[in-house]
Amino acid sequence: MNGQARSLLLKNGRIIDPLSKMDKQADVLISDGKIDQIIPTGTENTFSDHDLPSFDLAGKWILPGLIDMHVHLREPGEEYKETVVSGTKAAAAGGFTAVACMPNTQPVNDSQSVTQLILAKARQGFARVYPVGAISKNSEGTELAEFGEMKEAGVVALSDDGRPVANSQLLRRALEYSANHDLLLISHSEEMSLSENGAMNEGALSTRLGLNGIPHPAEEIMIYRDMALANYVKRPIHIAHISTRESVSLIRRAKAKGWPVTAETTPHYFTLTEEAVGQYNTRAKMNPPLRTNDDVKAIKEGLLDGTIDAIATDHAPHSTLEKNVEFDQAANGIIGLETSVPLTLALVREGILTPDKMVELLSIHPARILGVTGGSLAIGATADVTVIDPEMEFIYSADKIVSKSKNSPFIDWQLKGKAILTIVGGRVMFQEG
Amino acid sequence: MENEYRFNHKHILGLEDLSLTDIEFILNTADSFKEISTRPIKKVPTLRGKTVIHLFFEPSTRTRLSFEIAAKRMSADTFNISASTSSARKGETLLDTAMNLAAMNPDIIVIRHSSSGSPRLLANHIDASVINAGDGIHEHPSQGLLDLMTVKENKGRIDGLKIAILGDISHSRVAHSDIIGFSKMGAEVCVCGPATMLPVGIEEMGATVCVSKEEVVEGADVIMALRIQKERQTDPLIPSLREYAIFFGVSKKVVELARPDVLIMHPGPINRGVEMDPDIADGSRSVILDQVTNGVAVRMALLYLIMGREGNE
Repeated sequence: MNGQARSLLLKNGRIIDPLSKMDKQADVLISDGKIDQIIPTGTENTFSDHDLPSFDLAGKWILPGLIDMHVHLREPGEEYKETVVSGTKAAAAGGFTAVACMPNTQPVNDSQSVTQLILAKARQGFARVYPVGAISKNSEGTELAEFGEMKEAGVVALSDDGRPVANSQLLRRALEYSANHDLLLISHSEEMSLSENGAMNEGALSTRLGLNGIPHPAEEIMIYRDMALANYVKRPIHIAHISTRESVSLIRRAKAKGWPVTAETTPHYFTLTEEAVGQYNTRAKMNPPLRTNDDVKAIKEGLLDGTIDAIATDHAPHSTLEKNVEFDQAANGIIGLETSVPLTLALVREGILTPDKMVELLSIHPARILGVTGGSLAIGATADVTVIDPEMEFIYSADKIVSKSKNSPFIDWQLKGKAILTIVGGRVMFQEG
Repeated sequence: MENEYRFNHKHILGLEDLSLTDIEFILNTADSFKEISTRPIKKVPTLRGKTVIHLFFEPSTRTRLSFEIAAKRMSADTFNISASTSSARKGETLLDTAMNLAAMNPDIIVIRHSSSGSPRLLANHIDASVINAGDGIHEHPSQGLLDLMTVKENKGRIDGLKIAILGDISHSRVAHSDIIGFSKMGAEVCVCGPATMLPVGIEEMGATVCVSKEEVVEGADVIMALRIQKERQTDPLIPSLREYAIFFGVSKKVVELARPDVLIMHPGPINRGVEMDPDIADGSRSVILDQVTNGVAVRMALLYLIMGREGNE
């Protein structure tokens, strides 16, 4: 990390910090990596005349650092797609001060040594990195991975993301054993026997394109199984990247019954429909697949009423090797770190989210669900801060993408709202321009 | 309007992209080319000096031969490449293969591939014209066109006819092109098969779904039976071929429910005794071999029209 001044002054911004019930114009002094003072704009203060490094943030939003609880950094094993350093650089450019990285690397992060390697690389990174360990050895779904050892090395949660746990008994045992190490399970919920040959959402469009479909119950069946088991053994479970109306409904009902479940969705599931596949556009191929207008509507309802706790990106870098091929052969996944803020701000402009609610979904809840630092700008809190210009318009062009990979369906979109300053532990990790 | 019409497609990727006028124009052109194949010297110089590559990633006898004969009767130089998709996957990507072929300046690449949309992938990346000779479970436009030609030739029209398609609609690119083509031409397309073989949303492509073969065949002008792909049976679609033949096979009895002048069609190759009773395939109502003959004429027309399109020197 760059050597930087011990103090920073953020002037005239709008601080939005729901945990402190604060939404006001103020100056923020950051010292020694902590939030030191917050002085409402116009108030006399003792530090404004000093020649501290300062940023005039009139019209900008100062938020607790955003946390993306679902990314793929591809290191070790697929460094040509992304590395811990390049991925966290993209994170910082997108306004994220921390990311949780999924274990489907090569080798799979199912051991101390892989976790340690990721964390060692993260020391050169631009955002905090929270590794997620595998549930099963090599994510093969047969034997439990070493939860305790991985926890000691630094994993914050467990998941077999990308290779969902098919065996219900194994998932039950994993949930039970996670209690000994106080680790959260994150489930990629998918009934593979229904989805395995599918390339997009099943419906009239998949029929017209001649692509095998993935029916929406493939997601919902497993969400119900995962929640029922979690509730049975009284252990929390977090459902990753939900995409369908019935998924929202199932989780809403489970929460009403007090089941220990949280859930995330991604910007693409509230922004795009299956129509984005167009004429075999592999940049619109991901798993779960883009769904219908009605599903998009339901995801927004779930965000509005709190059924969905977090917005994550499922940032999944792939090179042209995986994407510039026949649609059914193309890899699943899109990058998302640099488009999450503007796409989420679109929901604020639509009136679906308030700025407070946006901070909950992108910072407070991810921190709470993962049990990591963050989510607050209270005096004394670690200075992980994201500054957003909600009015800034820009074209998301491929040459400006910070991530090593360019597999985004939003390339050349006109977007509004952007992170302009990302501060991690008091250090500036990204500054616009 | 008639005078202003010019065929202006560089590629033939699916009937979805063709207008009613385009289709009629192709059929009329094909009709005029049919006579060439009956001459003692079956060759015209129209495409002399043009290079056509047949790039087939799936086995094919009839379609490939038909394309090759069509190109040769137009005096084009033809080259055939067979590649199995699996071995291609280990080495060169489809695009690399295509770019290498494109570097040798072919005029037309005719491609068959197991992945839906792969002809479009090629068309997006190379300069040559691309003709789809069957992509995955998407479309098989030249087959759709030869089916239209065969019906039009025998019935004098397509508008207002009832077309009954029986079989595995889900996995049939022929069915997809037929549904699109016959609907565009004003026919009523009714499909029937085991519900496991009817894709979600097929109605939105213009087909009416019937539950029984009796219902679909009732009053039909055309009965098209599709090949049941035995090799797909890892997905449990039907209990047995025997049961399929009983409930969905075209029998003499069911043909009696159709119009007396019904045409019996099949894109081939037939599993005799499964999709239809053996003597029906050879019976007086069968136009299965007309389909094959017309296939050559349709493909000659496509090659000719693509090469002669506006702006192509």
